[in-house]
Amino acid sequence: MVESVAPALQGVGTRKSRFAMRWGDPIFWGATLFFTLVLFALLCGVIAVLLVGGWPALAHSGIAFLWTAHWNPVTDTYGAVVPLIGTIETSVIAMLIGVPFSFGMAIFLTELCPHRLRQPIAIAIELLAAIPSIIYGMWGLFIVVPLFQHHVEPALKTTLGNIPLLGNLFSGPPIGIGVLLAGLILGLMVLPFITSVMREVFASVPPVLRESAYGLGATRWEVVWRVVLPYCRNGVAGAVMLGLGRALGETMAVTFVIGNAHRLSLSLLAPGTTISATLANEFTEAVGDIYTSALVALGLVLFVLTFLVLALGKKLLLGARAEGAEGEVLA
Amino acid sequence: MNRRVRQRQRWDFLMAVVSYAMTGIVLFILGAILWALLWNGISAIEPAMFTESTPAPGNEGGLANAIVGSLMMTVIAILIATPIGIMAGTYLAEYGKEGRVASIVRFINDVLLSAPSIIVGLFIYGVVVTTMGHFSGWAGAAALAVIALPIVVRTTEDMLTLIPDSLREAGAAIGAPRWMVITQISYRAAFSGMLTGVLLAIARISGETAPLLFTALNNQFWSTNLNDPMANLPVVIFQFAMSPYEDWQRLAWGGALLITTAVLLLNIFARVISTRNKGRA
Amino acid sequence: MNKAEHMDGTIKEARKTSSEKMDGVMDTKIEVKNLDFYYGDYKALKNVNLTIPDRRVTAFIGPSGCGKSTLLRALNRIYEMYPGQRAEGEVNIDGTNILAARDLTQLRAKVGMVFQKPTPFPMSIYENVAFGIRLYENLPKAEIEERVYWALSRAALWDEVKDKLNAEGTGLSGGQQQRLCVARAVAVKPEILLMDEPASALDPISTAKLEQLIAELRDDYCIAIVTHNMQQAARAADYTAFMYLGELAEVAPSEQIFTHPSDPRTQDYIMGRFG
Repeated sequence: MVESVAPALQGVGTRKSRFAMRWGDPIFWGATLFFTLVLFALLCGVIAVLLVGGWPALAHSGIAFLWTAHWNPVTDTYGAVVPLIGTIETSVIAMLIGVPFSFGMAIFLTELCPHRLRQPIAIAIELLAAIPSIIYGMWGLFIVVPLFQHHVEPALKTTLGNIPLLGNLFSGPPIGIGVLLAGLILGLMVLPFITSVMREVFASVPPVLRESAYGLGATRWEVVWRVVLPYCRNGVAGAVMLGLGRALGETMAVTFVIGNAHRLSLSLLAPGTTISATLANEFTEAVGDIYTSALVALGLVLFVLTFLVLALGKKLLLGARAEGAEGEVLA
Repeated sequence: MNRRVRQRQRWDFLMAVVSYAMTGIVLFILGAILWALLWNGISAIEPAMFTESTPAPGNEGGLANAIVGSLMMTVIAILIATPIGIMAGTYLAEYGKEGRVASIVRFINDVLLSAPSIIVGLFIYGVVVTTMGHFSGWAGAAALAVIALPIVVRTTEDMLTLIPDSLREAGAAIGAPRWMVITQISYRAAFSGMLTGVLLAIARISGETAPLLFTALNNQFWSTNLNDPMANLPVVIFQFAMSPYEDWQRLAWGGALLITTAVLLLNIFARVISTRNKGRA
Repeated sequence: MNKAEHMDGTIKEARKTSSEKMDGVMDTKIEVKNLDFYYGDYKALKNVNLTIPDRRVTAFIGPSGCGKSTLLRALNRIYEMYPGQRAEGEVNIDGTNILAARDLTQLRAKVGMVFQKPTPFPMSIYENVAFGIRLYENLPKAEIEERVYWALSRAALWDEVKDKLNAEGTGLSGGQQQRLCVARAVAVKPEILLMDEPASALDPISTAKLEQLIAELRDDYCIAIVTHNMQQAARAADYTAFMYLGELAEVAPSEQIFTHPSDPRTQDYIMGRFG
């Protein structure tokens, strides 16, 4: 019956390889599915390696690992607090710098910039994202550290440093290297990511909405602040989360300029460390199973942290996209 | 004009100035970074950099072993990641679509895409380095492949999704089986986009340092044996820049200039390919 | 040109001997019986019954959403690309129910399709046409070249592209692209050509050329064409079927349906009462 469908074709030359025609589809489908499952296996592998590798240390210190501040390979006491706080501290500084700048630049690119310059400037900003993090680290260490040491930090100390309470954040000798500079470099690094996601989100605002606001006589700033921003709240929050995820995990740029000191200090000018910097500095030199394991456990903490931030960011962005689509239908 | 209107306009002007200033500052910093690289790096770029291996402090030398090591590991990583990534991306775009498996894998891909690269280093250390018993070029290449993979998956999926269904229907209508429609029609139509993805993946991994720190480690000597620890530009730059020796620092700047130039050129090249194609479609 | 005419001749003869029907007697090519079509839960075609004659042009008209494209897409089972779409009933081509056939490839060799928007494959003009030939036949290069030449001539495109066969198919104009798609379909020697609003993306001049091409192909193929343009149906089709809300309201010779429609729904539509 199958053959009878095309009697005309019989004898018009030989058919193309029967095997490829008949089995090509299931084989190709199976192959794509198999390689898709490789991704799944990779993630499972990452989690398994971190859990198994970190287990001895977690068993050794117990859950207290998370709130122990000591990090002493000599006595085999390990706690995640110092690098964890350093990670969060630098990331928060990065966000405090990166978010307003990204917002300003996204507004510039979507609302203010002359059309001819939009593309070149957007590309320049994306090139900033392409520069390897080690370059940021070097640039920070060789160019910005001296600048900080001799100019910025003394200035901060004589101004903000004299304010009670707040001044504690800016105490200690101005050595350039430290938490503040690390956060600053991080902010610079995440900025292009946040900017490009924000631009995308701003572009999803239906033109009708923008036009009707302008039609009412609103200024550009009012349109942005009262119409665009409320419309894409979730999207902007998602963009910030994605940037935060990057800042939390960034390694090299931080390792260059943070000073790698395992101690808690109130001052932002003091050297500190982050989880990733601790790993970069100590992992290959770690002797003893517990020491190595403690470092892997730190990695696990970092992974969980970035995972949560990413998941939240994705959720917000997906919500924003759904809203955007709804808006388009309404428009 | 009343005072309220004037106040609103003043505020609007102020915020515009702030936006301009912020963009200006960021562009200035981009310029400053590139300037610093050129200023410090150009003097290190000399023939010896490409012909001699990394020196001991105080000796003459170059980065030849690191350049070759980086090239080898990058090429191997891309050779591993590209086919896997294209197949997985194909599944997501052509078969999985909105299905359950595809949505989960898409999320997993996002997680891998934004996982800190140092975690990838830990992972490969746990899987490859501890199994082999020592650091190696293979481990470095594996770590880079894990970083490149989700980039290739993502761009492949995005580019295939952009292909209109009518093209697939036309392929099916002429009697081509699904796999031929995908490999001979969809892939061709999405070729430049997929190539862009691979180029961006190369750009990304050629500057990666963190995942190499405890996989490929480093090697002071000339070696093309992937079973041995392998020199590579990013880790050499890291070590030399952090060292107190001036000649090492000079080489680090040279390497940094080299890497940045390569990465930026790759990015611009990828962008040109993708925009040129958009213009045609 | 000689080669093309020669091949045309052989095909015509082959088809004539196989059908063994006298000229002028209508020869049923496709018979649709009790056809229902579903998009998930939505029933898009309701109990459609009709026959489509060989070597004639049959047009399908009706307001958008009436199911005319759906009917066309059931004739080569292209809908199977999408999960959730299914057809029930019978579609008999030369007496075989293709809805029950297992080998889609064979079905699609026999039934060619041209789409609303031109769909040149991302390859050279030559490769576009050769693509389908290579799917079915292992021919030496010279024969493939000859067939490409024949198909492009058949689609009235040869003279326009003979100097740039290696240029990208996407570089042609819209009308040329659409005729390239006809050539591509014709190249695998189908017996049926399905055309889903083939002129809707074309300018008037290209549309005229395409209609002329359809008239030329009429003698050798069973052509089913969906159109939203009633003048086009009146000009190009021997028979016209009017569909409304998933049902086949009426099918008749074109001059009859446009002058004396029997179904009141057809009357309303042709008088422009549905808007």
